[in-house]
Parts: sequence; structure tokens; C-alpha cells
Amino acid sequence: MYELIIIGAGPAGMTAAVYAARKKINTLLITGNIGGQGLTTWLVENYKGYQFIEGRELMQKFEEQVKQFPTDVEIEVGKRAERLSRIAGGFEVKTDKGETFQAKVAILATGKRPRQLNVHGEKELLGRGVTYCAICDGPLFADMKVAVIGGGNSALETANDMVKIADHVYLVSLTTLTGEQILIDKVKGASNLTMFLQHEVLEIKGQNSVEGIRIRDLKSKKEKELEVGGVLIEIGLTPNSELVKELVTLNRLGEVEVNCGTETGVPGFFAAGDVTSVPDKQIVVAAGEGAKAALQAHRYLQRLSE
Amino acid sequence: MAREVKVYTTPTCPYCKMAKKFLDDNGIKYQEFNVAEDKAAREEMKNKCHSLAVPTICIDNEVLVGFEEAQLKQKLGL
Repeated sequence: MYELIIIGAGPAGMTAAVYAARKKINTLLITGNIGGQGLTTWLVENYKGYQFIEGRELMQKFEEQVKQFPTDVEIEVGKRAERLSRIAGGFEVKTDKGETFQAKVAILATGKRPRQLNVHGEKELLGRGVTYCAICDGPLFADMKVAVIGGGNSALETANDMVKIADHVYLVSLTTLTGEQILIDKVKGASNLTMFLQHEVLEIKGQNSVEGIRIRDLKSKKEKELEVGGVLIEIGLTPNSELVKELVTLNRLGEVEVNCGTETGVPGFFAAGDVTSVPDKQIVVAAGEGAKAALQAHRYLQRLSE
Repeated sequence: MAREVKVYTTPTCPYCKMAKKFLDDNGIKYQEFNVAEDKAAREEMKNKCHSLAVPTICIDNEVLVGFEEAQLKQKLGL
């Protein structure tokens, strides 16, 4: 049994790992990838010590910092934790590979993932015209017609990038636009953009790749089909908290409620970063919460051994 | 026999950079195609690999979409 399991290796998880290593806590860091949401942040201009740095590069530096402590932190990459449960004397993590790992203390730092539309064709055509990573795949839709789904800042930024690349952009939002006015003004000024506000997406159509979408006006209930080769989905994020839903009560957003000490209400179980109810989802905040969680875990382990 | 590895990328894609770093670190030789610029490569990726996402990694005739370290390791026999 490990002393500590940290689930997730984004800014919160990796900072927790550094603090755990410095306290010489026997730790397992288990994660699907290294970097988490930090990877999809194109340019970071508000992390202390750097005037600007690519998210990917910052996460690489975090990783190097974790790995400079060779002895106390084991890292298992490419494994998704599916369930965290209580066992006698601690906690058990079950992975998607069917393995189990046990520890006295657990820190959840699994972040968030892009929210899905949950419509027919979305899963089937993922990677074949459907994308949640506009900065990755946006350039592939050069000279094509595309739909950007969403009405917040991410959708508006994506739409603003895509009008420069694509032949035509349809912006489809369930609500009126909710992003910052400066972005709304930019998008409204584009000659090759058409908005469908208060419209829902019913279906993404296509055989081998995306060929179009079917949408419906929420007021008139009138349906319409748009011929597009790409669908860029930017409708926000959802917490990766399913694995603890039987362990703690989640808030209405699906986040793990924590107090200012990263405590969840379950002794020995701490949570940090974007998966939690801490309101500001920032790399620097997540890193700070990760540090707090590791220090709390250390104090908890000390109390156990007394 | 060395396997033919092709990596289709865009300059803004963080996962593409991670995939290339992984291949470099493991001494795997590969050809890179920037599909944001190279239209012919983009068509090849779309028609031969049936992919419209990056990174698309082709190892001989096998296609991997996205960067999954464990999967890539397995396919390359590392």
C-alpha cells in the first residue's frame, strides 16, 4: 500500500507530486497523460516567472520538476482511474486496465474535459470532422464550411480564428452570445459568418466524414440543415469526477466540494484544481491548490502514524 | 526492417509536439507533414488514413489518431 495516490497530472496533480516528493511521501501518481488541461492552453501569460509560455512547454517543465525527485514518486501514465473507493486503512483506485492500487491517502486532481453535445454522429465522426481541440484541428478545415458550436468565449475565439481560415463559419448557440463584448464585436463584423442563436444541434451527419448538421430553432421549432465539413464543439467543460460520485456528494456542476484546505469531508481524501468547487479555474490557482492538498496529506499521514 | 512512420501535424497542436518529442526521445525516424500548409498531405491524411484530426500517425499501414503514449509504444514494439 502506498502512502499517497494522486490521480491526475495536470498543474494541480504535478504540484502535489512535487510537494509529496519533498516530504518524502511514498507516492503513486496515476494519470491518462502528463499535462492535462495545461496542454490545450495555447499561450500562458499569467503564470508567475514567465512573461509568456506555451501551455505544453510549461507542463513539460512541471514534469521535469516532478521527475527530479527520483525516489519517492512512481508515475503510471496512460491509465485512467475509473473508481476511487474506501477500503480498510485507506483508498483503492481501479483503472480502465482492470488494475487496482491502494494508498492510505488520496488526492483527486483530474481536472475537466470538453463537454459533449450528446447527439447522434458526434462520437461516430470524432476525428473525422468533429473536434474538441480547435487549436489542433482548426487549420485542417481551410476553405471548407464549418460549424462552431457554443456561445461563450471559447466558441467566439474559435469562430474568430476560423473566419480567417474557413470558407464560411456557422456559429450555432443554444443561448444568446454570453462571451466578452470585444469577442462578440469581432465575430459580428466577419462577412463569412452566419449566426444561429437559440438553436440546438440535433444531429451531426456524414458517412466517412462530417457532411452536415441538423439544427432546430428553439422558438419556432423549425429545423434546418447546414452543409459543413467540420464541427468544432466549444460548449464548456465538465469535471472528471465520475470516479468519486459514490464517495462524495458532487455539486450541481458535478464538481467535488472542498473547503479552503482542499478537504472533501471524507477523512484522508483531498481534491485540488479544476475538478473542485474552487471558483477560479486557472493554472496558478490549480498549482496552489495542489500544493495545499499535498501538505494536508502529509499532516494527515503524520496524524495516522502518531 | 525499419518501419515507415509518417506524422501529420499542425504547428499549433500541443499533442503533435508531444508525439514528435516521444518519437525523437526513442530514436524513431519519421517523416512529418504540416497539414495546415501542405494540401496534398492533408488530402492523403483524409483519404488514405480516413482522419481529419492531428496528430495522425501512420506506422506502415496502421493509423493512430491522437497521441496515446501507451498505444504508440505498443505499436512500435518499445
